[in-house]
Amino acid sequence: MTKNLRVKSSEYIDETNRISFKFNGKTYHGFKGDTLASALLANDVHLVGRSFKYHRPRGIMTSGSEEPNAIVQVNPGTNRTEPNVRATEVEIYEGLEASSQNCWPSVEFDIGGINNFLSPFFPAGFYYKTFMWPASFWEKYEFFIRHSAGLGKSPTSSDPDIYDHRNVHCDVLVVGAGISGILAAKYAAKNNFKTLIVDEKNELGGSTIFENNEFNKIDNKTPSEWLKKEIEELKGIKNLEIKTRTSVAAYHQYNYLLARENLTDHLETKDKTNKIRQRLLKIRAKKVILATGALERPLIFNNNDRPGIMLSSAIKRYSEFYGVACGSKNIFFTNNDSAYESALSLYNKGIHVEAVIDIRDQSESKIVKKVEEAGIKIYWSHTIVDTAGYKRLNSVSIMKLSNDGTSVTGSKISISCDCLGVAGGWTPAVHLYTQSGSKLKFDEEKQIFLPNQNTSEQISVGSCGGDFKIDEIIKNLNQKLKDKLNIKETNLDNIKVEIDQENSKRNIWLLPSDIPLGKTKPFVDFQNDATAKDIKLALREGFRSIEHVKRYTTTGMGTDQGKLGNMHALGIIADTAGVKMGELGTTTFRPPYTPLTFGTIVGRNVGKFFDIFRKTPMNDWHVENKAEFENVGQWKRAWYYPINGENMHQAVQRESKAARESAGILDASTLGKIDIQGSDASEFLNRIYTNAWSKLAIGKCRYGLMLNEDGMVYDDGVTTRLGENHYLMTTTTGGAANVLGKLEDYLQTEWPELDVYLTSVTDHYATASLCGPNSKKILKKIISNLDLSDESFPHMSFKEAKIGNIQCRIMRISFTGEHSYEINVQASYGKDLWEKCMEAGKEFNITPYGTETMHLLRAEKGFIIVGQDTDGTMTPIDLQMDWIISKKKYDFIGKRSLYRSDTMREDRKQLVGLLTDDPNIVLEEGAQIVSELNQNPVEMLGHVTSSYFSPNLNKSIALAVVRGGKDMMGKKLFVPMENKNINVTIANPVFYDEKNERLNA
Amino acid sequence: MFLINCPYCGERDQQEFKAGGEAHIERPKQPTELSDDEWAEYLFMRKNIKGVQFERWNHAHGCRKWFNMVRDTSNDEIKAIYKMGEKPPSQ
Ligand SMILES: [Zn+2]
Repeated sequence: MTKNLRVKSSEYIDETNRISFKFNGKTYHGFKGDTLASALLANDVHLVGRSFKYHRPRGIMTSGSEEPNAIVQVNPGTNRTEPNVRATEVEIYEGLEASSQNCWPSVEFDIGGINNFLSPFFPAGFYYKTFMWPASFWEKYEFFIRHSAGLGKSPTSSDPDIYDHRNVHCDVLVVGAGISGILAAKYAAKNNFKTLIVDEKNELGGSTIFENNEFNKIDNKTPSEWLKKEIEELKGIKNLEIKTRTSVAAYHQYNYLLARENLTDHLETKDKTNKIRQRLLKIRAKKVILATGALERPLIFNNNDRPGIMLSSAIKRYSEFYGVACGSKNIFFTNNDSAYESALSLYNKGIHVEAVIDIRDQSESKIVKKVEEAGIKIYWSHTIVDTAGYKRLNSVSIMKLSNDGTSVTGSKISISCDCLGVAGGWTPAVHLYTQSGSKLKFDEEKQIFLPNQNTSEQISVGSCGGDFKIDEIIKNLNQKLKDKLNIKETNLDNIKVEIDQENSKRNIWLLPSDIPLGKTKPFVDFQNDATAKDIKLALREGFRSIEHVKRYTTTGMGTDQGKLGNMHALGIIADTAGVKMGELGTTTFRPPYTPLTFGTIVGRNVGKFFDIFRKTPMNDWHVENKAEFENVGQWKRAWYYPINGENMHQAVQRESKAARESAGILDASTLGKIDIQGSDASEFLNRIYTNAWSKLAIGKCRYGLMLNEDGMVYDDGVTTRLGENHYLMTTTTGGAANVLGKLEDYLQTEWPELDVYLTSVTDHYATASLCGPNSKKILKKIISNLDLSDESFPHMSFKEAKIGNIQCRIMRISFTGEHSYEINVQASYGKDLWEKCMEAGKEFNITPYGTETMHLLRAEKGFIIVGQDTDGTMTPIDLQMDWIISKKKYDFIGKRSLYRSDTMREDRKQLVGLLTDDPNIVLEEGAQIVSELNQNPVEMLGHVTSSYFSPNLNKSIALAVVRGGKDMMGKKLFVPMENKNINVTIANPVFYDEKNERLNA
Repeated sequence: MFLINCPYCGERDQQEFKAGGEAHIERPKQPTELSDDEWAEYLFMRKNIKGVQFERWNHAHGCRKWFNMVRDTSNDEIKAIYKMGEKPPSQ
């Protein structure tokens, strides 16, 4: 039976609502309002995990999001399981289960604990040093490291919860709802600023809400009483939104902040269903008021990590807020007055405090006197030199500290205890402040980093701004609000504050022991098991930059980003290296402040919304007819249409033959389409394409190649002149958006004098490409009144027509080398058009074909695909397309670059055809081409860009880029593969119908 | 995440915009008259300043207009925004 350490009812704990939960398989009880940490402590459970490297037993250290040790797996084995959750932040509910991480087989008996005894062999940089070589051993090392590491388990089935994103705009965002945040929000909202205040906890009030120190008074009330009234008032103010359980994860430039609002994590499982679990708030605030408070520092001494050693402020919160005693025999260890508040809080609740160990030699404050009067022994000028107790602290050893604080003297006193509260002073929580790009300055007197140079409209108030005493907080807050928000007067002007607290503090970053440092374990980063020893070792090994020491020792690199120990790491480095803290600088705090779930980050963009696809108007038909799809840019395109169990090769061979022998139909709707209008449209095309456009007659089409300014092929497509000042350009499917962007760029920035307007019409038209010797007959059946004779409607021309009442644009153009038509209708008629073509083509065995057949058919003709046969390093000359470069035009984009010495090199890679000596071997795209097999290293001449088995030629064909290939016609080369060398011959890239006779067939 | 004041639309989130590199590099009017070195200077050479830099931006997912921005690349402070063709503010 475990002890019950519930001491006194607290207004934040509902003792009428008893909750049972499981931790490491054992059932415990707590109350509504408890966190997992407070409920475990109430059951006298301190041991909750094992440390990362040495697997040392670790307990709950804090009461908030800075917790380094009490990291648990919530609801293990379920699809809602979550690793790396801080027990100090989990609100318990009926049925909650949690388990320790980083231990096997159990937290009580952990195999990895052997590392603790092997620790002399695990110094800083151990992993770097040991696992570096031989490289071939890495797989074994990785297996070992992964099995002994194990920071939690990720869920194995999909997340049942809903996540959400919301954009929030406000005048003032207040981060943190302690005393300063509450007052800031109150006056901001009252002065007509639309205000949002967020706090990561479920209750407002920060630590002042349980500040019952009788020596501190605001308007003659205890700070706790006074603040409660303020909070009551806050709830009625319009213009003000309050969000609890909301943690700001990131503070980016221009006052853009990301916050995670937790909506259901505290609810019972049955109440979580169909609700939004977490919401990411994307906040744009005109002004930000940071009231993020301060984190208590631990003290760094030998064996300072045992379960039962906690922050003094956490002990106070557990006692005052949760009504839980963390131990029955308590000791405090401090360098300032705040431990005495915790001691008194326990004393007032009847919990035994054995002693206070203070490294200072005295303090004059009333609270210290009060502790003395209570009969609690104070050891002045003493330090802890060691602690004992493996799974729970059972005693501490203390010695007298030398005057300079570097050594200990006298005899050792051992004091038994089961809980030790350490108080090392306070570190302003400036994490968000620095994330915003603002700069800190080190205050040598207070030994803290403080906000110095703000980069955006923001202020830091309260203890995160360096004000720790209530009178200072209120006075400075009042002034900052008046300055920043232009407020004339506030009720804070005449407020009466009495305080009792001495500033006196003695800062020693690493406390000495009678045992040599090499044999001690003074932990600096509890989560990553980095000790003061490791930091000193890093310095001895030559590391100087704080960022390097951090990475080498892994200090501050855990999921808690070293919130507790970073300052000590800096202090130890500064002391050892003999430099000032201010000169050392800090490490960078990176978002998120506390870890975010993947669910929160992706929000609703999961499943089919993860990456949105574009579909053509004919898509349903393709689906109904069992097409296989491929992704092209954002589009889903029909790839091939298998029938009777065909594989891809069989389907493509059939489709390719049908298109050449009778009729094929392709959904070409995805091609980019840009409508170009204006009196300078022809001139514009002259400048952007390599060929000439002015003389293109109305109703005619022309193929164009577009270059980058560096002379490399960028895009291609057919453009049709619809009218005197009206063109319709087509682009590649993937290039549409970029081409439009590029054209706009030139129009707006280089040639604003041109009268040209560009409109993307890609989505406005559906396009069916009808091809093959019977395409004309099929089109005739659909549109009987159109003259399709070669005289009236020749290759590379355009006609407007009507199919029934549907207006359509028909281009007689061909990407396959066959007689073909591209029929464009308004997108909404796309499927109708397609079905009409299929119906009319039935008697000709019309065959739908997909992108794979399209690629094969064009390869038979040697037509390039930009992005497949080109890669951003190919000029039109490299492609042997010299014919498309106008010799007459003075200028076009990329022209000058075609005459650079590099682009004129004879030995550039050039596009050629490639035939295998064995016609049945199909080359692999991307395969390398060489001329010598016995060279070492072998010289690569080029590679295969397109390769297919052509059913129409009954042999394999390929396109390739080969160095100097233009002049190598007929040359024998090799394609070396893993198991064989393939003999190939350079050929004309036009493999089929070289004379283009089929266009008019 | 910048808040960018598009001269045509007003303040919008950075994700609506595309950066377009250094500003005020005019395309030569007569490229064919230039030597390889002169053309390479236009084509490849950019300053990439740490500090105040003049750059082009495009409201790609908005009005599609290009405009100029003066930005301190060391702290991302946007010092000025002005339309294409307008005189840059003096430094
Ligand atoms: Zn705009």
